Amino acid sequence: MTALAAPAPPETVESPEVLRRWRVGPLAIAGLVLAFYALGFVVHDYWFNAILIPFLIMALAGLGLNLLTGYAGQASLGTGAFMSVGAFATYNVLLRLPDLPLPVSLVIGGLFGALAGVIFGLPSLRIKGFYLTASTLAAQFFLPWLFNQYGWFSNYTTSGSISAPKLVFLGADLSTPLGRYLLTLTSVVILTWLAWNLVTSQVGRNWMAIRDMDTAAAVAGIPIAFNKLASFAISSFIIAIAGALWAFAYLGTVDARSFDLDRSFTVLFIIIIGGMGSIAGAFIGSAFVILVPILISNVSANLFAGAIDAGQSENLQKILFGALIVYFLIKEPNGLYALLLRARRRLALWPLKS
Amino acid sequence: MSEALLSIRDVSLSFKGIKALTAISFDVADGEICALIGPNGAGKSSLLNVINGVYRSDRGELTFAGKALRRPRPRLAARLGIGRTFQNNALFKRLTVLDNVLAGLTRKARASLLEHTFRVGRSASESRHFRELAEDTIAFLEIEAYRDWIVGQLPYGLQKRVELARALVSRPRLLLLDEPMAGMNHDEKQEISRFILDVNRDLKTTIVLIEHDIGVVMGLSDHVVVLDYGRKIGDGSPQEVRDNPDVVTAYLGTVH
Repeated sequence: MTALAAPAPPETVESPEVLRRWRVGPLAIAGLVLAFYALGFVVHDYWFNAILIPFLIMALAGLGLNLLTGYAGQASLGTGAFMSVGAFATYNVLLRLPDLPLPVSLVIGGLFGALAGVIFGLPSLRIKGFYLTASTLAAQFFLPWLFNQYGWFSNYTTSGSISAPKLVFLGADLSTPLGRYLLTLTSVVILTWLAWNLVTSQVGRNWMAIRDMDTAAAVAGIPIAFNKLASFAISSFIIAIAGALWAFAYLGTVDARSFDLDRSFTVLFIIIIGGMGSIAGAFIGSAFVILVPILISNVSANLFAGAIDAGQSENLQKILFGALIVYFLIKEPNGLYALLLRARRRLALWPLKS
Repeated sequence: MSEALLSIRDVSLSFKGIKALTAISFDVADGEICALIGPNGAGKSSLLNVINGVYRSDRGELTFAGKALRRPRPRLAARLGIGRTFQNNALFKRLTVLDNVLAGLTRKARASLLEHTFRVGRSASESRHFRELAEDTIAFLEIEAYRDWIVGQLPYGLQKRVELARALVSRPRLLLLDEPMAGMNHDEKQEISRFILDVNRDLKTTIVLIEHDIGVVMGLSDHVVVLDYGRKIGDGSPQEVRDNPDVVTAYLGTVH
């Protein structure tokens, strides 16, 4: 019998295929942040509203959603709604408590977003996946409708769209393009640092454990309900501040219509394209979503100038954009961040192994 | 043996009228290795699930470390010091070995969410302390070489060891192991047996394990409980159980 026993299989252990995180030193990060601050003082005013500010704000919204979906594994299509909560709450705080400094008003706006996140996150204690997504859709339809329906939220403006109050901090007027850029950049830097602290701590580990297998997480002693609601609260806090910045630092108006389902989908695309469960992914995805349409429209304007009318060219751009997304996802389902890591590993080994 | 760490009294469990466990009672003494054996479908895994609150029993009482477990839930059981591994590995498969082991320490976590967010208070010292505990356990189970690997990519035998590490890292008083050697070859079984003995002797952890390999069970355990069709048919030292005619019948069948 022993003679027939199969020999022990050889240890078929190969080098880890899943890529290690890119360990970037604090100096590199500091350099990048400084470069972004410096950028504000050299670029043309056009750049702020066309590229830099929307890129940063959408990256911030992507970061918020990535905490919830990429790290904690809770799907959501309510991003636009939580952005609208931030915008309207901050507007009302600025309007009704004008003595508060701007950062405090933004934080209060974020706290209202966190509250909304917890309320609409309650179903996550019972349901998962598609069903949870459907319940976050309820937030998406209900909250912007609420802000449109009741005049109190927009201070009874007849048009339903209100211009943002002046942004002032420590006597400095932040309403100039540079001022709005610096406000946005500083908010993004602080919130990204806090998010980084969270995801690298035991809290982030607990969220990923729940994402990968919630029963095992409970057996390992991880409080499931608390962590799910905490992920909704923190994610919505960040998303709400992104919404407030979108209204005040980018659009200059507070309008529920700018926080529709399209907005939620755009943020979802950002984290899918950039990379689920990575902080850098939100920034890479946002750059893609903001830059590629500009690139496409510039290229098509130069190549097909006059050949196609503007309306059709806009449709073509959408088709091309969609095709690019599909292509990237087939090439690398884990997003551009993973693609970047792979390229980096190849380059590191390059002369030895292609 | 000393007094009972876990006592199970009259526990019954049914799923939609189908009885999985019927009036099970036995004690697990502090510091022993207790093996649960029985044919497939005998209710062994269900019993472990009742002990750590994954299932709620219909009837019966559980007492752990002198306290009645009235409404056991998985997290409460973990907090009281009941660790657990699963028959089919239940790892966090997209995390590294180290992160999986660290996740097992949450029941000891004291630093709050805000402390972690702002990197103040107990956040840094707790992270350092947890890292030390995790490294100790990883070294104890000899999986240092795989520390930074994504667990989903490790071979099955190593995954089982990682799961043991995750359960062990918070130093539970009672460890429930559901078929820790399933699917392993003879050498791997020997290795895991040695780890289980080390855990029991060096860390003084009481162990309840489910195992099919009777040879391993007899060599490893102080106490054997035999289940068949949800009923207890044998309970005693390995020798007593081996000589029990009911057990022999359940395992070998009757002569017709």
